[in-house]
Amino acid sequence: MPEAKAQTRSALFELTRMRVLETLRDPGALFWVFVAPVLLAVGLGLAFRNRAPEPIRVVVADSPGLAAALRVDPTLKVEEAGLEDARWKLRRAQADVLVQELGAEVLFRYDESRPEGRTARLAVDRALAVAAGQRPAVPQRDEKVTEPGSRYIDFLLPGLLGMNLMGSSMWGLGYGLVDARRRNLLKRLAATPMRRRDYLLSVLLARLIFLVGETVALVTVGHFAFGVEVQGSLAAVGALSLLGGFGFAGLALLVAARTASTEVATGLMNLVMMPMYLLSGAFFSASHFPDWLQPLIRALPLTALNDALRAVINEALPLASQWPQVAVLAAWGVLPFAVALRLFRWQ
Amino acid sequence: MSDTVLTCTALRKSFGEVRAVQGVDLELRARECFGLLGPNGAGKTTTIEILEGLTSLDGGEVKVFGLPPGDVAVRARVGIALQETQLPDRLTVQECLRVFRSFYASGREVDQVIAQLELEEKRHARVAKLSGGQRQRLALACAMVGDPDLLFLDEPSTGLDPQARLKVWELVLAFKAQGGTVLLTTHYMEEAARLCDRIAIVDHGRVIARGTPAELIASLGAPQVLELVTEPGLDDAPLSALPGVARVTAKADARVLHVADVTVTLPAALELARARGAAVKHATTRDATLEDVFVHLTGAELRDA
Repeated sequence: MPEAKAQTRSALFELTRMRVLETLRDPGALFWVFVAPVLLAVGLGLAFRNRAPEPIRVVVADSPGLAAALRVDPTLKVEEAGLEDARWKLRRAQADVLVQELGAEVLFRYDESRPEGRTARLAVDRALAVAAGQRPAVPQRDEKVTEPGSRYIDFLLPGLLGMNLMGSSMWGLGYGLVDARRRNLLKRLAATPMRRRDYLLSVLLARLIFLVGETVALVTVGHFAFGVEVQGSLAAVGALSLLGGFGFAGLALLVAARTASTEVATGLMNLVMMPMYLLSGAFFSASHFPDWLQPLIRALPLTALNDALRAVINEALPLASQWPQVAVLAAWGVLPFAVALRLFRWQ
Repeated sequence: MSDTVLTCTALRKSFGEVRAVQGVDLELRARECFGLLGPNGAGKTTTIEILEGLTSLDGGEVKVFGLPPGDVAVRARVGIALQETQLPDRLTVQECLRVFRSFYASGREVDQVIAQLELEEKRHARVAKLSGGQRQRLALACAMVGDPDLLFLDEPSTGLDPQARLKVWELVLAFKAQGGTVLLTTHYMEEAARLCDRIAIVDHGRVIARGTPAELIASLGAPQVLELVTEPGLDDAPLSALPGVARVTAKADARVLHVADVTVTLPAALELARARGAAVKHATTRDATLEDVFVHLTGAELRDA
């Protein structure tokens, strides 16, 4: 062994080292911090990758002439069927629109609440017009684009980053503290001349070290596997991750301030995180929720973090433009932390 | 310079309705090993944790090195082994000790403590892989790495096999031999007899007797014990009338005679059995122990009181 003599350094260094070693030697913790978010990104990225545009599916009921006219348009996938059969296909969403010739009229049957239905109705209308010899009122030209930063994976990755910062901070920090209290380790430490702030600082420092690692891992995988580019500044992403990590650390400390039961802590943590998993727009935009919920949603730390990360990563906006989000995150970093320090129990 | 390391007077502590400690007075002198002996639930752990500064007290006064318990200057001078400390499972012995050593401005070398507690082979073993005895030695090592003047040990050998227990005893005695002071709790009368210079017997949150082990045993007025099983059993009255018998008690189907001298009482007891036509199934003689003192004082046995 190279270390013939076991040297000792400052308590803060040794405590931080202890915390880092404990995490590194815990396969479960490593999996949830580093592997799970990457797997999630890869899985969702594959599921929602950009594919060739879906054809518009038209079912024509008992009207062969109409079907022939529509087949001329390459964007339409035309199928013929009897009326009952056609209606059934529409109900099962195997067709986007049902078209039927009724004397001089053409009947469109579609679900107005589905965008595909409305699109299909317009496309059939246009194809019929073209077949009737009509020309567009003004000359037209199409230019098809895929903007960088506008794909689903581009939207998803910052959300995963935010969600992961929340999950790993809450579990890594909160659960570890409660477990140390349950095992009487906190009590044993409190009986030494150790400065108590050194212990709490070491917990934060260790979190910081892993936070850098997990952020770099996700951004790197996003870049190489899916071509998700950070359009804005990397420093801003780093700053937001730190701020977010600190905010969630404060929250975790609060959750773990008193209880010695890991079951209670698990329940509390789920209670805190579940609304944010749902509302904070990790997988879809939080703007889908009704207006009256928005003030609450905007005040959640994960919403602030996700929004700010998306602004920087996808829209190349400067950090300064995200000051309301930064303010929300900072408030979540300071207030729960201060309360947690007052409530904190060593046994 | 005072020779008193710790004093506590009229110590009281309740947890809700449970009055765990009801007026305990103790005085600990430098370089002695003092034992709180009593059954589980007697209030020993509560008492020692108050003295360690880990539990607040409801009433009474505690001074350790002339300071309130738990004062940072006190914490720098005491070493503690809790009844159950689960040290971080994923750290090695050496890593654990380095962490604990870093809390003390001055203390022993980690290497020296590892050698002293015979953990050399386990230096790089994870805590999770240690046996019960090795774990307890590591807990002692963590308590000693700050080079304390006073050790608090709560049930230091509970749950250990006899060999591991002997090892722990050796280490405590070595610490004392180097000038250290020890306060320990135990419910093993043998541990108290082996390690302690002075003992306070604790029951239901009170000190019911105190003194050196020899003094406590002498207080029985019967330094020897004769345990007798006969078929049929003999009555207490004729047994009490035998020469040198101080008291007769019962333990399972045995009569327990507390006597001044077994060599006097035993022949008389055998003669009595013969006269009554009772067969002697079993006869044991031994010296009185702290266990007998406890039974005499409380009517209950240490282990199941």
